[in-house]
Amino acid sequence: MIFMDEDLSFLKNGFRLDGRRLDELRPIKIEVGVLSRADGSCYIEMGDNKVIAAVYGPREVHPRHLQKVTRAIVRFRYNMASFSVEERKRPGPDRRSHEVSKVSREALESVIMTAYFPRSVVDIFVEVLQADAGTRTAGINAASVALADAGIPMTSLVSACAAGKAGGHIMLDLMKDEDNFGEADMPIAMTPNGEISLLQMDGNFTQEEFGKALELAKNGCRQIYDIQRKALSDKYRKISGEQSKEIAGGVEVYE
Amino acid sequence: MDFMYRDVVVPGDLISEDPEKAGEGTYVKDDKVYSFLYGLVSTYKDKVRVIPLAGKYIPAPGDAVIGVVEDIVFSNWIINVNSPYDGLLHISEYPKKIDLSEMTKHLRIGSTVMAKVKDVDPTMKVEITLNDRMLGILKKGRVVEISPTKVPRLIGKGGSMINMLKTEIKCDMFVGQNGRIWVDGNEEDMDLALKTILIIEKEAHTTGLTDRISEFLKIEKEARS
Repeated sequence: MIFMDEDLSFLKNGFRLDGRRLDELRPIKIEVGVLSRADGSCYIEMGDNKVIAAVYGPREVHPRHLQKVTRAIVRFRYNMASFSVEERKRPGPDRRSHEVSKVSREALESVIMTAYFPRSVVDIFVEVLQADAGTRTAGINAASVALADAGIPMTSLVSACAAGKAGGHIMLDLMKDEDNFGEADMPIAMTPNGEISLLQMDGNFTQEEFGKALELAKNGCRQIYDIQRKALSDKYRKISGEQSKEIAGGVEVYE
Repeated sequence: MDFMYRDVVVPGDLISEDPEKAGEGTYVKDDKVYSFLYGLVSTYKDKVRVIPLAGKYIPAPGDAVIGVVEDIVFSNWIINVNSPYDGLLHISEYPKKIDLSEMTKHLRIGSTVMAKVKDVDPTMKVEITLNDRMLGILKKGRVVEISPTKVPRLIGKGGSMINMLKTEIKCDMFVGQNGRIWVDGNEEDMDLALKTILIIEKEAHTTGLTDRISEFLKIEKEARS
């Protein structure tokens, strides 16, 4: 814990270290279908986080003993590139990435309609190219869009974002310094109708603070959902725009 | 908010308040119809449905498919049908009566067949058959692969698109629901056929495509003569 003047360190005239307000997200950029060899893919930038997600499947399960007779299984691999952080990260899976993979998988599994594809697997790979606090939420956002891009049946998209506390202030979407020197960080994942499929917390909140942070994070998720939705419809507009000059014209039914 | 015809929807979008209208690509929750796919809204026989923009081929009984023999086990050929699920072609579904020991003589690993899906059980065991006069082994021609979600467009309404291709380009064609298309004719015609099929795949979701393809074929043929 730090013993500085809290207001001076994390908030100046109501603005944060990077000039945001307390309830403001970092700028988000989403690109759909960036990988041609994957069935679905998505690249996302949330502030200084740069994450790419690839989805394969439904496909045959290997090794065979993992397959379920009545439904598809979902596998999720979260991996950080060795160059994604300031001090070189030892490559390969570690305790943290196992945990992030597990919770992210569970956050998405609840919306994927696995019963449609018995005895198969949906593989999700998330690679963190650059990290700046909040990579698991960026990974879930990207994976959710990549799943839609792959044509996987889902009850809805999933949006994720974090809220936390730094210098005694409850704030949305913590960046690296706020996360490292702050008091609490709470990532959540949520469907647009408000069902929460991930909720983790690191640090301390009072009960009121928790409620406030949860509300803030939910609001952030709603904003992210709109961006995800727009990215997907923009992708279609882009491909259909390239193809046809008279798309707005008549309609054509095909069977 | 109801979606308009041909609007893009994402999973979870509300597309209708009338549960009676739930068609393909949709699910009903609390008497409302939602999309479970990323695709385009369309109406078909007073149902609303969602046409996917991507996805794998999932075998259904009655589908015509093009498969490649992957393995031979017991009295079955294992056929890859470009899907998460392999097809099983039992020896009794071969058009002729053949002996177990002679299976490899008729269909070897790598052989390509035009087949039909006979049955799919709930665990997705896919049985396929060659017992139909339109089916058989492919010995010449070329096979091209497109996204299975674009196959309905290649066939067109009531077969309009594929029939036009067959008459305009002098080629034999067989369209598998699994996105594999067999084309046979002279080299020049096959080149044109494959080129056209790939254009149709790329522009599958645009309007007035049949007319544009017909125009395209006319120009191509004039250039050749």
